[in-house]
Amino acid sequence: MAEIIVVTSGKGGVGKTTTSAAIGTGLALQGHKTVIIDFDVGLRNLDLIMGCERRVVYDFINLINGESNLNQTLIKDKRIDNLSILPASQTRDKDALTIEGVQKVLDELKKTYDFIICDSPAGIEKGAMMAMYFADRAVVVTNPEVSSVRDSDRILGILQSKTLRAENGGEPVREHLLLTRYSPERVEKGEMLSVKDVEDILSIPLLGVIPESKAVLSASNQGNPVILDEESDAGQAYKDAVRRLLGENVEHRFLTASRKGILSRMFGGR
Amino acid sequence: MSLIDYFKARKKTTASVAKERLQIIVSHERTQRNQPDYLPDLQRDLVAVIRKYIPISDDMVQVSLDKTDDHSVLELNITLPEAS
Ligand SMILES: Nc1ncnc2c1ncn2[C@@H]1O[C@H](COP(=O)(O)OP(=O)(O)OP(=O)(O)O)[C@@H](O)[C@H]1O
Ligand SMILES: [Mg+2]
Repeated sequence: MAEIIVVTSGKGGVGKTTTSAAIGTGLALQGHKTVIIDFDVGLRNLDLIMGCERRVVYDFINLINGESNLNQTLIKDKRIDNLSILPASQTRDKDALTIEGVQKVLDELKKTYDFIICDSPAGIEKGAMMAMYFADRAVVVTNPEVSSVRDSDRILGILQSKTLRAENGGEPVREHLLLTRYSPERVEKGEMLSVKDVEDILSIPLLGVIPESKAVLSASNQGNPVILDEESDAGQAYKDAVRRLLGENVEHRFLTASRKGILSRMFGGR
Repeated sequence: MSLIDYFKARKKTTASVAKERLQIIVSHERTQRNQPDYLPDLQRDLVAVIRKYIPISDDMVQVSLDKTDDHSVLELNITLPEAS
């Protein structure tokens, strides 16, 4: 049975695309056939983060309109066997995304893929609504910051009322909290909301905590999902999150500040 | 207790201020979440009517709609100023 997972947040720029790329890649590395769909019509970016921007020929909207078929449109990842990317349209309008059109494509993908990851655009407009509508699970990406937490709560409300699962009245969408850009040093100084603070407010199960990390930018510079950088803290944190997503019980890491010498602390070395 | 710890303990951290503010606004927004769109208008109208007789401010009136399986209850709470 294929599972559809939406990566969403409400607020922009919190790390949805970074997360979609990392989690999709991680699931494929674990042997699951995975496709990542970019729902950000007009602001295509997943292709860049995945390093396949030069290979885009057709896009999601072409596929919906029947102007291309799956085979022509999906981009197979060159690094990992089980992984494909479905790029967003850069030129069309987001009204081109219709429930029927999205459903048709998802139904077709479900026949061959184990996981379908939907990278949502920011906001609560059409693109974001379409990305979450058919979801079985939701990864709610949140930064430890007031506006992001509030927007996440708003998104949770929408997941509970405006999705197919909500409308059918059966099992609700399974929600997972992913706290990203976390700085344990700042939390310890009382400058940043802690994991527990955010869990207390949103009260949904914690999938993982991704530290603020230089590795994310250097990975995106090169078009490599950060999970492939196995040395990095963020890469390892995403790897743990993927294992939890698959039902494993993995202890949380990177929650406390690494103890450094007094000098490096005083001079801000990281 | 070091001097730094002493000041930390005394002064509320900005993170704890953030948490308190979030708890209040999020719980407020949650109660409004499944309310029909007309409720804010209804509340405004009610305040206007009551104000003809009693001086009240907007935040003294709370309107909410609670749904159960077979009926709904429209609840109206008005906090009156002391002397009225
Ligand atoms: N853990 C992290 N550490 C450091 N930087 C990060 C981290 N996660 C994301 N970023 C940075 O934050 C920025 C936004 O990330 P990303 O594009 O993934 O967000 P988004 O939620 O998809 O944005 P949008 O809402 O525009 O689609 C990028 O510059 C990315 O490199
Ligand atoms: Mg994005």
